[in-house]
Amino acid sequence: VFDVDVAVTNPEKVVQFKDTSLPMFRSKAFTVRRRYSDFLGLYEKLSVKQSLLGCIIPPPPEKSVVGMTKVKVGMDDPSSVEFVERRRAALERYLQRVVSHPSLLQDPDVREFLEREELPRAVSTQALSGAGFLKMINKASDAVNKMTIKMNESDTWFEDKFQEVENEEQQLRKLHALVDSLVNHRKELCGNTAVFAKSMAMLGNSEDNTALSRALSQLAEVEDKMEQLHQEQAASDFFIFEELLADYIRLLGAMRGCFDQRMRAWQRWQEAQSTLQKKREAEAKLLWANKPDKLQQAKDEITEWEARVTQYERDFDRVGMTVRKEVLRFEKEKAKDFKSQIIKYLEAMLQSQQRLIKFWEAFLPEAKAIA
Amino acid sequence: SPRAVNVDLQTDATLQVDISDALSERDKVKFTVHTKSTLPNFKQNEFSVVRQHEEFIWLHDSFVENEDYAGYIIPPAPPRPDFDASREKLQKLGEGEGSMTKEEFTKMKQELEAEYLAIFKKTVAMHEVFLCRVAAHPVLRKDLNFHVFLEYNQDLSVRGKNKKEKLEDFFKNVVKSADGVLVAGVKDVDDFFEHEKTFLLEYHNRVKDASAKSDRMIRSHKNAADDINRIASSLYTLGTQDSTDLCKFFLKVSELFEKTRKIEARVAADEDLKLADLLKYYLRESQAAKDLLYRRSRSLVDYENANKALDKARAKNRDVLQAETSQQLCCHKFEKISESAKQELIDFKTRRVAAFRKNLVELAELELKHAKGNLQLLQSCLGVLKGNT
Repeated sequence: VFDVDVAVTNPEKVVQFKDTSLPMFRSKAFTVRRRYSDFLGLYEKLSVKQSLLGCIIPPPPEKSVVGMTKVKVGMDDPSSVEFVERRRAALERYLQRVVSHPSLLQDPDVREFLEREELPRAVSTQALSGAGFLKMINKASDAVNKMTIKMNESDTWFEDKFQEVENEEQQLRKLHALVDSLVNHRKELCGNTAVFAKSMAMLGNSEDNTALSRALSQLAEVEDKMEQLHQEQAASDFFIFEELLADYIRLLGAMRGCFDQRMRAWQRWQEAQSTLQKKREAEAKLLWANKPDKLQQAKDEITEWEARVTQYERDFDRVGMTVRKEVLRFEKEKAKDFKSQIIKYLEAMLQSQQRLIKFWEAFLPEAKAIA
Repeated sequence: SPRAVNVDLQTDATLQVDISDALSERDKVKFTVHTKSTLPNFKQNEFSVVRQHEEFIWLHDSFVENEDYAGYIIPPAPPRPDFDASREKLQKLGEGEGSMTKEEFTKMKQELEAEYLAIFKKTVAMHEVFLCRVAAHPVLRKDLNFHVFLEYNQDLSVRGKNKKEKLEDFFKNVVKSADGVLVAGVKDVDDFFEHEKTFLLEYHNRVKDASAKSDRMIRSHKNAADDINRIASSLYTLGTQDSTDLCKFFLKVSELFEKTRKIEARVAADEDLKLADLLKYYLRESQAAKDLLYRRSRSLVDYENANKALDKARAKNRDVLQAETSQQLCCHKFEKISESAKQELIDFKTRRVAAFRKNLVELAELELKHAKGNLQLLQSCLGVLKGNT
């Protein structure tokens, strides 16, 4: 078990990252600069290569024209800052998932991405964003669903798992929407608390009883601090909880893609078998028609297709095994991820409550001092 | 000499009023007004009657319209019980019953019923406060209409105001505020009243602002608590899909969120009671105090006009006696109002300071109680979750 740590830091137009790593790399720790399109390029290369093998390729965060335009224009507003941080964190998680996958870590494209000083600019991603690529996969899987050849599974493991994955994706989408609603309401609460704090300060100003006036000003300060707490809580809701769900919705989509790859491998095998059958029938016809010159060609084609059938059957079995392994690994990772992130989320909540207690404990004597 | 002020509205044994029960019917609320009194005015020492909101308004308006009470801050009328929003939500829930699971439906129903109950309790409290303020006032407590209100065990047959009367009221208020602006421009010779006028105008506006903003803040808080409730349900569904470690984890977290969101809902409710309601009440009371100042200003204007009329009458030597009588009446009225108004405004300040103190202390104590509850839940849950990982 190897341990590779990647971090994405200093995000502006360019992302820079460093990682401490293993003997297979040049040195222990190094930094390279990468553009967002480089991340997409890596994903595309991996998808093309690994797609025939049944691996779950973690998808990178989607392109966002609006978000990036704002950043390019140099707008300093909180939503731009949030967008930049969101992207940085998402890219970091993406890379961490790639390097924690034992097969992907071995991939030369991954190594090049991590090590090489300057990467040639990935041109094709200008047209294809991560989302675009996913859309392609989804379209292909729709086509697969429409195929009339039905797999006769003696082992229902794959069917059952696929159903599980679909259900889970649906549940997570629902939960994601709910957490998003929470984030928005928290932001609203934040704004409303700030406005309320100001109005309390004004009220304290006009109150002509000195002690009460002071207490009201103190209350206004407490509410100001509460606003700060709500803001941090909203960030926690979003960056820890909501983004976790978003990541896994995309990952489950990628997993569905794996199942579809297995399906395609099976179809390739079936089609080869049916082609082989046709070739044999053609040979039989030639024997009957007594055309010895064409007969040799037919025999050659039969040999070729027999080899293909064998190959495709082996491919299918191999993909099946990979998918199984991948699913089990994924489930372990998922369990670990969810547990650690949710615990982090709850710890943030706990700290928030502790600070809340301090604020009100400081206020209470002020309230009691009113006379 | 300043008379003893009853800040605690319940300690006077000669007259104690409370709302001992209330019933919410389709379109009205019936309050059981319970009185305990040693005063000779009443037939019994303890008795109850049933009253509706319109009868409270009738009583309030009779105070406002009574010239003898011009020099007092009339306790503000309780707001009309408003269950419309709550009822609408319950109805929507009933219509949407088919589209949600049984658990979701039961949960939402409980939530909405709790909300309904909270609104109900609030309206009872507000009607009770009105009666207690009247009972605590040395002059108003002796009012005959008040005694009829407390004792007469039949329907008072006060219909709500019809459209024409409501329109008349509206114009009266428009004239009053226009007058108020006019009169506010005139500087008062009496420093006390000049200060009070300036103070009340600004204070009233700021309380109004604070009240509106506290409502918005608390509503956001409730919305967030509702979201956490739904998240808890969703996590529960995820947790019941299987019996893996992760599913058990989800179930534990769902349980935690269920509990914390109940606390969050309580926090919002307590903020509503201790802060929002306090501000709303002082919005109404400061308006009543402003009305008192207005009435005093009006009587001052009448007095000044009567003086001018007297001068004119003397100059023309016509109807002098009439003018003198009129001027004396105006003078007497103005002085009477001024004297009682001064005391009323001092009492208002004392009451206000005491009410704010009580509510702010209770608010802080409740915030602390709930935060500590939340903290304990989080600590114990994290202990379990981290222990099992």
